[in-house]
Amino acid sequence: MSLLEIKNLHATVDGHEILKGVNLTLNAGEVHSIMGPNGSGKSTLAQVLARRETYEITGGEVLFDGKDLLAMKPEEAACEGVFLAFQYPVEIPGISNAYFLRSAVNAIRKYRGEEEMDAMDFLPKLREKMKLLDMDEKFLNRSVNEAFSGGEKKRNEILQMAVLEPKLAILDETDSGLDIDALKIVAQGVNAMRSPERAILVVTHYQRLLNHIIPDRVHVLVDGRIVRSGGPELALQLEDQGYATIESGVRGASPAA
Amino acid sequence: MTQGTRETNLATATQALQNYAESFSGLEKSAASREPAWLRKLRQDGFARFGETGFPTVRDEDWRFTNLSAVAQTPFRLVHNGHHLPSRTDVAAHRIPGAACELVFVDGRFAAELSSAGKLPNGVKVGSLANEIAANPRAVEPHLGRYLNIQRDAFAALNTAFVEDGAYVHIPKGVILESPIHLLFISVAHDAPTVNYPRNLIVAGENSQATIIENYVSLGQGEKVLCNTVTELVAGDRSVISHYMIERENDQSFNVSTLRIQQGRTADVASHSVLAGGAIVRNNVHPVLAGEGGECLINGLFIGRDRQHLDNYMLVEHASPHCGSRQFYNGILDGHARGVFHGRIIVHKDAQKTDAKQTNRNLLLSDTAQIDTKPQLEIYADDVKCTHGATIGQIEENALFYLRSRGIDETSARRLLLFAFASECLDRMKEGPARSYVENVIQENLAHIADASRRQEQGS
Repeated sequence: MSLLEIKNLHATVDGHEILKGVNLTLNAGEVHSIMGPNGSGKSTLAQVLARRETYEITGGEVLFDGKDLLAMKPEEAACEGVFLAFQYPVEIPGISNAYFLRSAVNAIRKYRGEEEMDAMDFLPKLREKMKLLDMDEKFLNRSVNEAFSGGEKKRNEILQMAVLEPKLAILDETDSGLDIDALKIVAQGVNAMRSPERAILVVTHYQRLLNHIIPDRVHVLVDGRIVRSGGPELALQLEDQGYATIESGVRGASPAA
Repeated sequence: MTQGTRETNLATATQALQNYAESFSGLEKSAASREPAWLRKLRQDGFARFGETGFPTVRDEDWRFTNLSAVAQTPFRLVHNGHHLPSRTDVAAHRIPGAACELVFVDGRFAAELSSAGKLPNGVKVGSLANEIAANPRAVEPHLGRYLNIQRDAFAALNTAFVEDGAYVHIPKGVILESPIHLLFISVAHDAPTVNYPRNLIVAGENSQATIIENYVSLGQGEKVLCNTVTELVAGDRSVISHYMIERENDQSFNVSTLRIQQGRTADVASHSVLAGGAIVRNNVHPVLAGEGGECLINGLFIGRDRQHLDNYMLVEHASPHCGSRQFYNGILDGHARGVFHGRIIVHKDAQKTDAKQTNRNLLLSDTAQIDTKPQLEIYADDVKCTHGATIGQIEENALFYLRSRGIDETSARRLLLFAFASECLDRMKEGPARSYVENVIQENLAHIADASRRQEQGS
């Protein structure tokens, strides 16, 4: 059984159809990338999978681990093992990073019928993961993402992923706003998470992150549909030729045009 | 409103005023034999002033956002002695762990049998104002009623007319109290509407340091209660004083409190208000920075739900040079609750180099909650820095989704975000028993609101 099965997914926001029939299958152990031009629906797909309620599902289905993902609330999806690394991580003044992460870990443990962790057990684990991402300890007590630089925010997303250990990690434009050093650290963090039980979906506009996180499959999303799939070489081809050729190909082939 | 109901309202209001007059003459007769002349004068002036003004209406600029007709029309009676006392178990629920001592007042009167004196440094006096007036009137006379302005506030006048008991706290020069003094005011519900008038006098000597907590709670089910309370706090030169006003009475309660602070030279005073209970609440905080170099922090949080009305009226007077005042009030309003923040700053002619700041931030959790926020700056000196700002917002959907996407359920996520907002006020309180107690009060109230707003959203 596949870990994630997206079948003919349609989604609208404010009456505009963004996803127009997406099909995608992801198996545990695989890393896939979704590439596409701006406005193609990449982020919408990522957010729909994380169950953001601003999008209305107008058709299709999504099975996660055999369960109906579209029937889940965001917190249920998270507890089942879906994780979204945000393109724009949200600043939350007044809640410390450490407290936030422990609340999340415990919410998930509680959902799974496991015992909650106290700060004494949790902090060493958190510190260890922070070291991996080269994050200073001061981030423990700082408010979530508040006054973090772009790179710090992205690293914080990967830290959360490392701590929450999801079955499916979706990285939404995680490379945007990162310099090359930060990019390498983030990629390292992601690669350390690759495992036979876990699938990773890397959503990106540019190919450069895929030099560091080599995907098994690359899919090209244009105008709400996946128009081409291939191996990692497809990403290089896109980098070379741009999206224009694919886009014009799609539009040209469309009978409605 | 029809002519008929208007007449009825007027009739009930007149009846209510008659009640006050009867109560007052009753009190005068019974107190005449035992009280000093200066107190009698104070009392008479108070009642005379109330007689002139009656209760304020919304036509009064200072009461524009708070309709008191429910208070004016209720025939409140004074609670007489001989009432049944709450049990020790009733009181135990409101204890503050770590407090140095705990004074309990039932319907405004000191209840020695429920109080615990604790161990206080030599010379510190914490007890009943009535006892102090009887035993040592000379200590009280120079302060009682000397700072409060009964001309500008009918409730202050009324409280003064009915001065009987409350807390008397005296901290001598140089004494540092490590643990807080807890003053617990219990309003008991009776089978008729009742009013009580706690009157507190806190005198802190030069270089002294102390924390005083006023905690207002209700007991039992019954008719409405009006608690009209006044505290005069005299902070001597270089003293460091924290004052807490915690309002957690039930939804049958009206509470009008006035904290009048008189600050000496380089005195450092913090007023923390936490309004969580009550039907109609008016919280007056009036510091006068009378000595040079004083610092005043006016910090508050109000959490309203259902039909609660929580009105905060700040009047910060800079009367001397080089003083600083910082007002920070945060409001969280849900349901049909209404909040008011009126932040008035007066910088007198001689108060050069004043640095006054005011911030009011509000979260409205429902379409029917309402906030009125009004800064009012009157500056008569030319070399001053005064800033003010107000914000009104909602829980950020982005933040809510972010938390939920990490597995935190919606109610807990809301509670976390509300608590983060409330923490801005909490963080301005020094670590210690008072802050821990306040934190629990806040958590308790926010849990309720987080759930309620979720239900509401699902219902809509």
